[in-house]
Amino acid sequence: MPVQCSNCVQRRAVLKRPKTGHSLCKDCFFWAFEEEIHQTIVSAGLFNRGETVAIGASGGKDSTVLAHVMKVLNERYDYDLNLLLLSVDEGITGYRDDSLETVKRNQQQYELPLKIVSYEELYGWTMDAIVKKVGLKNNCTFCGVFRRQALDRGAMMLKVDKICTGHNADDVAETVLMNVLRGDIARLRRCTSISTASDGEGAIPRCKPLKYAYEKEIVLYAYFKKLDYFSTECIYSPNAYRGHARAFLKDLESIRPSSIIDVIHSGETLSIKEGVKMPVQGTCSRCGYISSQALCKSCVLLEGLNRGLPKLGIGKHHRLHGKILAQEPLTEQEEKKLKAVDF
Amino acid sequence: MCQVEEDYNGLESELNNLCCMKCKEGTAVLIIRVNDAFCRSCFKEYFIHKFRAMLGKNRVIFPQEKVLLAVSGGTASCSMLSQVQEGLSREAPKKLRFVPGIIYIDDGGACGRSAEERQRSNALLKSIFTETGFTYFIVSLEQVFSLPTSVLVPGTSDPDPSNPSYKQAVDQYIKEKQTLTEENVASAVAQLNIEDSAYSPEHKLALERLFSSMKTLTAKEDMLQTLRQHLILHIARENGYSKVMMGDSCSRLAVKLLSNIALGRGAALASDTGFSDPRYGDVVIVRPMRDYSSKEIAFYSRMFNVPSVFISGLDTKTHDKASIQRLTESFVTNLQFDFPSTVSTIYRTSEKLHTVMPPQSQTAEPASKCLLCLCTLDTKVDKASAFHATLVSEQLSQIKLQDPSLDAPAQSAEQCCTEGQGCGPGGCCSSNRLPSHQDLKTLLCYSCRLTIKDMVATNTLPPYIITEAEKRQKRWEILLHNLNISFIKKKKCCHLLTLSKPE
Repeated sequence: MPVQCSNCVQRRAVLKRPKTGHSLCKDCFFWAFEEEIHQTIVSAGLFNRGETVAIGASGGKDSTVLAHVMKVLNERYDYDLNLLLLSVDEGITGYRDDSLETVKRNQQQYELPLKIVSYEELYGWTMDAIVKKVGLKNNCTFCGVFRRQALDRGAMMLKVDKICTGHNADDVAETVLMNVLRGDIARLRRCTSISTASDGEGAIPRCKPLKYAYEKEIVLYAYFKKLDYFSTECIYSPNAYRGHARAFLKDLESIRPSSIIDVIHSGETLSIKEGVKMPVQGTCSRCGYISSQALCKSCVLLEGLNRGLPKLGIGKHHRLHGKILAQEPLTEQEEKKLKAVDF
Repeated sequence: MCQVEEDYNGLESELNNLCCMKCKEGTAVLIIRVNDAFCRSCFKEYFIHKFRAMLGKNRVIFPQEKVLLAVSGGTASCSMLSQVQEGLSREAPKKLRFVPGIIYIDDGGACGRSAEERQRSNALLKSIFTETGFTYFIVSLEQVFSLPTSVLVPGTSDPDPSNPSYKQAVDQYIKEKQTLTEENVASAVAQLNIEDSAYSPEHKLALERLFSSMKTLTAKEDMLQTLRQHLILHIARENGYSKVMMGDSCSRLAVKLLSNIALGRGAALASDTGFSDPRYGDVVIVRPMRDYSSKEIAFYSRMFNVPSVFISGLDTKTHDKASIQRLTESFVTNLQFDFPSTVSTIYRTSEKLHTVMPPQSQTAEPASKCLLCLCTLDTKVDKASAFHATLVSEQLSQIKLQDPSLDAPAQSAEQCCTEGQGCGPGGCCSSNRLPSHQDLKTLLCYSCRLTIKDMVATNTLPPYIITEAEKRQKRWEILLHNLNISFIKKKKCCHLLTLSKPE
């Protein structure tokens, strides 16, 4: 006996929602998915009328769906936003160059202006070159730090008011778990906020409209809407620590589908003791971007790469930052600790 | 932690030549943590010192206080028991200064063990307990069906101004010590052993029904934990124990922290995994073993022959993905193998958390605590929160017809209250004796809601929970009704005021 859609009861159900387990027909699912994102945007007050918003587009499913839904909601509910696509080229052959083609196609399909910034032009290093120096274990740190700055710089070049990224519920839940496993209290407190703080010059707020959307539902939406996206994993990601958190989360989801939202709920409701040392936001003395140390992380990482000491930014070597700022030469022992391991 | 250069290999071959890192003389017999080698006597000292230091640092156990030790038969709680024994037998002034009792909850009825197995393990444990000479209580989980509703109401901790501070209390005790001899205390205490392992067949059936109405193992484990806590709390209150010591080790607590995050208990993380858990008010739960890893406990009980009994639980011999708790345990254990600092990092994270306590006020209603786990409700629907998103999703995926039927029971209840009829035992309100899922949900915190959602029939819950739920529901309805009346009255008054000329 065919199952009827639990919302309209008229049409046949074509899918089972991973989030709630209800059976829905295609149109009701589209409507529910888009409506939820609309509710998220409205209840969190993410955007104001007349703002220019850059959508971080990588060509993958999350950013494609985000671009599509933002366009749809912008028209349907008259947000009066000026949307554009911002893409970052990390220089990973076989992965990023293919996904950039997808973004260029998206630009035509959604009729949104596109800007691409690349690591090569901003920092002088591509990810391929970085991995050759650093190895396969800590490269995600470089990529992530550089990408955030690249997004910021691209946004400043375009003079936008806000950036929105395609982080979904699974991403946020993984981040909560990862921060607990790593003991990163400062990030644990901030990672569940839907948008970054907007005070401080040079800091354009970033928000996550897809925060409560399950990854599975995003895939279903993209599939049923026949959206054009690029679906391969980054070739350097298998060794990342986040992989453990992700495997755990996927297993949790198979036991209890609401676990993803439960983890986010835990992350939102937990509270940190007063008196726990928290980093204070300041500015980097070299490039002027926001930083909690004297030198921002990307300056430290770049310094390490340029000097042939790729482990400079990995691990805790805060005492050496002062030395680097003062341009003093490092001792033999310190140099040895910071050099890459031979393969 | 995830650095390229960290090197954990190459130590096994050197064990034979290693010296104890503490005394530097004896040959090392074991390595704990990554590369800390200890000889036998130094390890014993280290182990014992940790226990005393944990109690001394936190200063929550006052002299002459009655403390209940919750023993499950496993190595951790039996090691705790042996530590307490050891501590009480030392010469003053370093002696531990409290009066211990032991409690063991026999949950074989929920875990599906046969009556012979239960009797066997009870007998083994009884022999261990009588060896110690402390009062002990062996209680079967079926007793849960005869608990009073006062279990669900947090008692008030006594903010008596005459209560001395810890240091004063200790000084006072040392001065008075001459009047209290050892034999008096021991003989008085030895007569109070209670073995209440007998249970009636109806209760046994009720327990089986309760656990078979839970669909998932996760919910079963959660419910078992809750019921066990209630029973321990009740026994502690009945017999005047103001503290309960649990034997949770560091590794166990790390697993508990992660699985609680996965269950949605973020608000209560600090109480569930911290050193002291004050949510019950008059009885405080402490966890003195939280600094010990399972490895240390296992080595200690092996080397110094701590008697323990293995009793299988709900999740023994189940596969990795049987329940959230089981999955987390295997995840953390596997991760610990590749990254040995995982458990201690999680432990340190848990130390930095605290539970947000609402400001202590006289008017604080008991209804603001969860019915089952007694922590503050975290279901205030914040506009931009995960909880709000869940509600929105529920609404959008279902046909709108659902809503009016949800309001109906509440409305009809209000109707009969406004009629002025007495809602006594024979009255109208008591006709809906069985609380529906919807009614219960409003009284529970986020994660207890998930547990109840997995239940097929909520009427299998023990009577004390059902009665308390009804009571709170009624109280809430009366409160709402009164608020309505006073609002209407206020409107009338305002109306009259505006009619008369302002002064």
